[in-house]
Amino acid sequence: MTVTPPPRRLPGRRPAGAARGWLLLLPALGAYVGFVVWPLGMGVQYSFYDWNGVGQATWVGLENYVTVFSDPELRGAIGNAFVLLLFFTVIPVGTGLVLATLIRSLRSGAFSRASQTILFLPQVVPLAAAGIAWSWMYAQTGAVNEVLSAVGLGGLTRPWLADYDTALPAVGLIGSWVLTGLCTVLLLTGISKIDRSLYEAARIDGAGWWREFFTITLPGLRQEIAVLVTLSVIAALSTFDIIYTSTQGGPGRSTLVPGISIYRIGFTQSDVGLASAFGIVLMVLVIACILPIQRLARAGER
Amino acid sequence: MRTGPLERWSGRALLAAALVLTVLPLITMVSAALQPADVNPTGLAWPTDPQWGNFVTAFETGHVGRLMTSSLLIVAVVVPVSLLAATLAGYALGVLRVRGGGAVLIFLVLGLTIPFESLIIPLYYQAQTLGTLNTRWAVILPLIGLFMPFGVFWMRAHFVNVPRELSEAARVDGAGVWQEFRRVQLPLALPALSALAILYFLWTWNQFLLPVVLIDNPLERTAAGALTFFQGQYSLSIPLLNAGALIVIIPVIIVFLVFQRQFVRALLSGAVKS
Repeated sequence: MTVTPPPRRLPGRRPAGAARGWLLLLPALGAYVGFVVWPLGMGVQYSFYDWNGVGQATWVGLENYVTVFSDPELRGAIGNAFVLLLFFTVIPVGTGLVLATLIRSLRSGAFSRASQTILFLPQVVPLAAAGIAWSWMYAQTGAVNEVLSAVGLGGLTRPWLADYDTALPAVGLIGSWVLTGLCTVLLLTGISKIDRSLYEAARIDGAGWWREFFTITLPGLRQEIAVLVTLSVIAALSTFDIIYTSTQGGPGRSTLVPGISIYRIGFTQSDVGLASAFGIVLMVLVIACILPIQRLARAGER
Repeated sequence: MRTGPLERWSGRALLAAALVLTVLPLITMVSAALQPADVNPTGLAWPTDPQWGNFVTAFETGHVGRLMTSSLLIVAVVVPVSLLAATLAGYALGVLRVRGGGAVLIFLVLGLTIPFESLIIPLYYQAQTLGTLNTRWAVILPLIGLFMPFGVFWMRAHFVNVPRELSEAARVDGAGVWQEFRRVQLPLALPALSALAILYFLWTWNQFLLPVVLIDNPLERTAAGALTFFQGQYSLSIPLLNAGALIVIIPVIIVFLVFQRQFVRALLSGAVKS
């Protein structure tokens, strides 16, 4: 974040300039307040009521919040979202680190440019379409089972998304697919910014690959890693599209996540208060996960 | 940097594996889309008699023409309006340095952490009150608001880095704020603006939750939002479902390939900035 220097203004022009400045801010702030801040306030208000969306609303205080944390179905959804962190955050960032350190020697040239493009593809495909593509990959006759049979692991084949034990990891791996390319490319860019002489010094000291990785590469990528962890944590906790088009939360509740829960409670079961409360809880969870990451990244800069 | 031949080759092998895993789902989509529409396809087999007609069928029965028009209508409002509002605000914060601008920026950036799911319930009832429910406006208006935090932040980051001497020189030459904005700032902002435009296009085209909830008729949604319609329509035909999904993906992939440099740069620097 850049530090804003104290503004220099020409004497006598300021009042008009300030008014004009605020005038320019108006459209952006208007849209933001009208369609983000205002609805958020409405959501907070709804969350204290029992309301079916049509009839009379009854004040219930914190009851909806108590339900969010006590109802096994909703708690399960939150738990599933945290399991997805492993697949949306840990696997992509980890794989990205490994790939980026290993392919840094290929940084320039046509092959590496082409691979950058390809690795980026999952980022531009709509998540809803990724859900459809992978439903097909995981289907009984899909590519995953075909590959397993081809390498002699035919015993493992199953309809991955319909199996209670495998559905959640299978859905999680869709997230890994979407995010790994982004992580790799961003980390590669980060590595190219690390001072070359640090590596030379480490080599003179006789540092091995692992020490080089832990003492130079990893600290040098602190900022990039913080960014990727932040982005992917938000993506994991607020997954919706992928699950909606692949499992709809099933089988049973094995892939139910907060996003799907909110949608169902709010629009299928018409319990607007509870759905709103869950929405607020989800937002607080996201912020609670992001803040420590930001703080760690900041601390590391000093 | 240590790059022995072993490391180089293991790196290449790993990269190759990653590339295969990346494209495999897309390739199996294509191979499924080309298999006979009334048969349950098998994964990796490339069809001996590719049914290109499936794309035509999916295009027609999926009303894709209408869907694309609908998506484009939404994009055509959301992207320019968001760009304009974000640019003006970014200019006010970055160049004019409005008093209280720091607080405004923090207020906006907090919005980056709000999941869309947290807002979707109130947005529904808000649209009902405004009378926009089940029209494209129900998606357009909230999207503009939701795009503001990132856009303003992005444009401010650009404007803040424009040397102040430039705008001051223009002022000394007697240019008003508007002239200075148009003659000096806007041309310099073009790269930042075009990157933001690409991101806005992508996020609008791919937006799923808002259209699914706020527009009842799938044919008035964004293309991604209409994928649920394909799923209902083609629940019995995996080839047609994949053909339909590919038709929705192809425009984004084309935009991506055409603008990929700006794209990668935009996404990367956007990620770092936010």
